[in-house]
Amino acid sequence: MAEKKLMKGNEAFATAAINAGCRFYFGYPITPQNEVPEFMSRELPKCGGAFIQAESELAAVNMAYGAASSGGKVLITSSSPGIALMQEGFSFFASTQTPVVAINVSRGGPGVGSIQPGQADYEQVTRGGGNGDYHTIVFAPASVQEAVDMIGKAFEVAEEYRNPVIICADGILGQMMEPVVIPPAIPPVPEEDLPKIRPWAITGHKNKREKNSHNSVWLQQEKLEDYINSYWPKYDKAERELADWESTDLDGAEVVFVAYGSTARVALEAAEILKKEGIKAGLIRLKTLWPFPKEAFKEIGPSTKHVVCTELSMGQMMKDVECALQGKLPVSLVNRVGGMLLDPIDAAERTKKILEVK
Amino acid sequence: MKRITLLVGHYGSGKTEFAMNLTMDLKKKYDKVSILDMDIANPYFRSRERQKFLEDNGVTMHHNTFGFDIAEDLPAISATLRAPLENKEFMTVVDVGGNDSGARVLNQFKKYFIDDDSQMLCVLNGNRFETDTVEGCERHILEIHAETGIPMKGIINNTHMLRETTVDDIVKGYKLCKQVSEKLEIPLIWNTCHIDLLDELESVKAKEGYDDMEIYPIQLYMRPTWLDKKI
Repeated sequence: MAEKKLMKGNEAFATAAINAGCRFYFGYPITPQNEVPEFMSRELPKCGGAFIQAESELAAVNMAYGAASSGGKVLITSSSPGIALMQEGFSFFASTQTPVVAINVSRGGPGVGSIQPGQADYEQVTRGGGNGDYHTIVFAPASVQEAVDMIGKAFEVAEEYRNPVIICADGILGQMMEPVVIPPAIPPVPEEDLPKIRPWAITGHKNKREKNSHNSVWLQQEKLEDYINSYWPKYDKAERELADWESTDLDGAEVVFVAYGSTARVALEAAEILKKEGIKAGLIRLKTLWPFPKEAFKEIGPSTKHVVCTELSMGQMMKDVECALQGKLPVSLVNRVGGMLLDPIDAAERTKKILEVK
Repeated sequence: MKRITLLVGHYGSGKTEFAMNLTMDLKKKYDKVSILDMDIANPYFRSRERQKFLEDNGVTMHHNTFGFDIAEDLPAISATLRAPLENKEFMTVVDVGGNDSGARVLNQFKKYFIDDDSQMLCVLNGNRFETDTVEGCERHILEIHAETGIPMKGIINNTHMLRETTVDDIVKGYKLCKQVSEKLEIPLIWNTCHIDLLDELESVKAKEGYDDMEIYPIQLYMRPTWLDKKI
C-alpha cells in the first residue's frame, strides 16, 4: 500500500487530478480553493500539462470547453459564486457532451457571501444553473481521502458518460489537513492515440476521416429534440448505476440523520451523543447528490419515527429527502447557514427538541 | 524563555496548534500573556477561532479583522497588535502564516523581532510532503529567512499525523530535525508529543538513548473531534 501523507484537502485534490491523468487546468482565484490553482501552476508544467490563470471564471470555463473538446483531460475548480459564473459553460459541456471534471469548494452564500464553509450550493450543482435539459453528475465526499478517490472516479465517469461531473466539496474539506493515500498515477493518453480513444474529439481530420464538430446551436428545433432524446438515456443509466450512499446504524434507530460532506461527520458525532442518552440514531450519508440515492430511504426500518436533515443550507437537500420519503415519515431540518458550522452538541439538542425528549 | 516567540513553518506543520499550547503554558507561569494571529495567508483553522477560549483564560489576543467582516479576506494586519510587542511586561507568541509568503508579514514589525528578547522558531512536520527530507526542511528554513531576514533560533519537531500520530512518527521527525539542526547549526529545541503518547515516547527515549530529546507535551485545542470521525 502506498504511504500515507498528511495533506491539505486542496493540495490532495490537485494531486489526485494529476494522478488521474489530468493535464489541463484553468482557473481564477477564489477563497477557499486557492491552493488548487497555486499547486497546479507549480506542478502541471512539470508533467507536461498546461496551467492558465484566466481573467475570469467565465474565461476559465470556456478554456476548459476548448481543451476538453480537443480530447484533453480537464479540471476546473472554484468556489460557490465562481461556480455560478461558470454555469453557462456547464450547459455547453452538457449540450456538446464534453467531459470535464469540476470541484466546487463551497462557501457561504448567496451573492459574494462569506469565505467560510457552506452547503447552500446543493440546488446550484444538482439542478444546474445553466439552461436546457441536462444533469450534472455530483459526487459528495466527506473526507479528503474520499474526495481523492472520487476525483479519480469522476474522470472515468465524465468520460464514460461524456458529461460534466462536479465534486461537491466544501470549505472544510478544501482547507483541512488529513492523512491521505494518493492513488497511483495513470499516464495520460498519448496525443497520437487520442482519435482512437476519444473518437469524438476535435483532433484534426487530416483528410482521413469525417470532420468532428462540437455544436450547441440547433436552428431546426426538430433536430434538437431528436438530439436530446438521443442522449437522454445516459441520465436514466446514471440514475440506475451511479446513485451512491452509506448507511450507519439504521437498525432500531428512532431517528435517522441525513447528511453529506463534512457535515456528515458532525451528524455522526451528534448520533453518538444521542446514543449515550439512550436515543438510537442512525445516519444516511449521501455520496452522490445527483443522481439522488432514493433507494437509501427504503433501508429505514419501522423503529424510525423521524428523519432529521443536517445541512449547511436552508433545507435545499431536505426537499429531495422529502421527495424520496413520499410523506412516509416526518422530516425536520437542523442547520446553520452563511458560513457557520453545525456543532454536534447543538445538533443533538435540537434533535431532542424535535423528538420532544426532555 | 524569550519575551517574544515567533512560530513559522510550512502550512500544515501545526504552528497554530503549537502556538495555542505554548500560549496556554506561558499563562501558567506569567501574568501578562498575549498571542498575535498574523496568519493572513489562510482563512481557516486560525488561532483567532479560539479567541473567546483564550480571553476566558486571561490571554490577550490580536489579529487582523479590525472587527469588520469585510476585512476577513484581506491580507491586512490590525495595528493594535503592536501593543504587546511594545509593552515589555507581555510574554507574546506570534502565530505566523504558512511558508515564506505567510512570513512576509513579519517585515513591517521587524524592529521588534531582531532584539535579544525575541526568537523565531521553525515548526517542522516530517509527514508534510515539502518538509519530509533534510533538503526540503533546509530550503524551507532558508526561504523564510530570505523573506524576513530574521535569524532562525530554533527548530521544533512537530511531526504528526493528527489523531493517527504514533511514537514512530515523532522519532522519525526527531531524527530528521537533528540532521537539519546539525547541517544548519540551528538547535533542535523541542519534540512535541500528545499527552496520550507521553509514556510510550518516554520509554522509547530511555530504551534507545535519545538523551537530547526534549519532549514538549501538547494537547489539541484547535481540532474539533467531529473532524476526525471515521467515514
